[in-house]
Amino acid sequence: MAEQQQKKYSKPLPHIDEENRPWWEALQRHELYVQRCRDCGATRYYPRALCTQCLSERTEWVRCAGRGKVYTYTVTYQNQAAGFRESLPYVMAYVELDEGVKMLTNLVDCRPEDVKIGMPVEVVYEDVTPEVTLAKFRPAR
Amino acid sequence: MSLSRKAAVVGAYEHPTRFAPDKSMFQIMAESVRGALKDAGLTIKDVDGLCTAGIGMSGMGIVGFCDYMNLTPNFVDSTSIGGSSFVAHTAHAAAAVAAGLCSVCVVVYGSTAASSRFAIGTGGAGGGGDPCDQYEIPFGPTTVGSYAMVAQRHMHDYGTTSEQLAEIAVTMRLHASMNPAAKYREPITAEDVLASRIISSPLHLLDCCIISDGGGALVVTSAERARDLRKKPVYILGTGETVRHVADGHRDFLEIAAAQSGRLAFERAGVTHKDIDLAMIYDSFTITVLATLENLGFCKRGEGGAFVQGGRLRFDGDLPCNTDGGGLSSNHPGMRGIFLVIEAAKQLRGECGPRQVKDCDVALVHGTGGTLGTRHSGATLILSNQ
Repeated sequence: MAEQQQKKYSKPLPHIDEENRPWWEALQRHELYVQRCRDCGATRYYPRALCTQCLSERTEWVRCAGRGKVYTYTVTYQNQAAGFRESLPYVMAYVELDEGVKMLTNLVDCRPEDVKIGMPVEVVYEDVTPEVTLAKFRPAR
Repeated sequence: MSLSRKAAVVGAYEHPTRFAPDKSMFQIMAESVRGALKDAGLTIKDVDGLCTAGIGMSGMGIVGFCDYMNLTPNFVDSTSIGGSSFVAHTAHAAAAVAAGLCSVCVVVYGSTAASSRFAIGTGGAGGGGDPCDQYEIPFGPTTVGSYAMVAQRHMHDYGTTSEQLAEIAVTMRLHASMNPAAKYREPITAEDVLASRIISSPLHLLDCCIISDGGGALVVTSAERARDLRKKPVYILGTGETVRHVADGHRDFLEIAAAQSGRLAFERAGVTHKDIDLAMIYDSFTITVLATLENLGFCKRGEGGAFVQGGRLRFDGDLPCNTDGGGLSSNHPGMRGIFLVIEAAKQLRGECGPRQVKDCDVALVHGTGGTLGTRHSGATLILSNQ
């Protein structure tokens, strides 16, 4: 890992602020969370301060099992953005987590032609910089 | 209060350029305004409302364009919701005219997307600054990739095929062959589409809109004033607009903004699908047309693949669609909502020559802006020459 981090990571990085920091810090510990409203019970992803259904600030962080299914995907053969143009093709997908929300992510550790909608997948944590860990998914083992 | 037939499009002009390295964006816009006013038989002194937005201008670009044109309008709207913006602007202009906020409102767009070499579809999507972007930009989203994910899911759920999507591109090219201003006019076959390289699976190069320079403008005024102007008025019967997004992670990605904006426009216009003689459907990608037709209710969900087959969308078919050649073949200078309304107006006036739709009295226009599989807007207009 240390060696990987020394290589220049050129893909876009998320902007981490006070509202979303707990979520990104959990990823650094290799833990994935979604939020659930303590007042109305609505589950939401991505993390936000207020429930969109009732505007409550009372939020429970629900630890995810890290399992889900491929909802849809695309194999990208052309992206001129820095970091991605050097790593074509790659698989971008929505994974529907067992907790019921869809997450945009990358599918890794599999050949693009083997990806299928409905395929069971599991989270794999990629520490791309000292501050940022990304939740990606691979075929469930 | 119903907006139906309170306002009309009285001037429409599509800039003929497809590549203009010698012109600025504002110059293309100014030339487009001049063209639309001439079409209407009005002058720049009549203009007291302005709507514009664009990918090439700053957030306050509308003020900059008023500066460039030395305009001080009574109504300005720079709603910026992607390529559909100009469809929404036309609705807003009609509402502003009907409410007495202004009397002659110009809607304008221009861009040098091609000559400035914008990487629109594959340049990496998302401005990157909004909270929602932070959970997408690390994974390499592109505009085409977002639409491709909708196509992939549609194929999975309903057995929709690449051949069916290809027929949309083939039809648009046929229409372009009858439009002297279109950028690509050589007919293509479904085999050509399938043989073109995959950009983001399952979408091929020829499933994607082109990149051109270009611009256009519309003039909207009251129905009363419209009757005294040069051209046959094109009345605004109904409008609708909304957005779709990831919805807390609970989105059904095959249900798109058109379902809501279309329902609103039909209700407000008081017409039904059978009344529609022409559909101008934003064709950023072939899947955009298929998903939009389903969501507007022209066919049931899942039936879009079969619906677009057999020449139904041809200018001489049951539901003529994008008779100018669309973004897939005629022009797509970054955004093309304005051209949907311009072509609809010309068809309703019977000005389209060899590609003219017979007995074209009612047209539906639907713009999709943004990225279908992440966040997008939809704006629908129903227009009539009666």
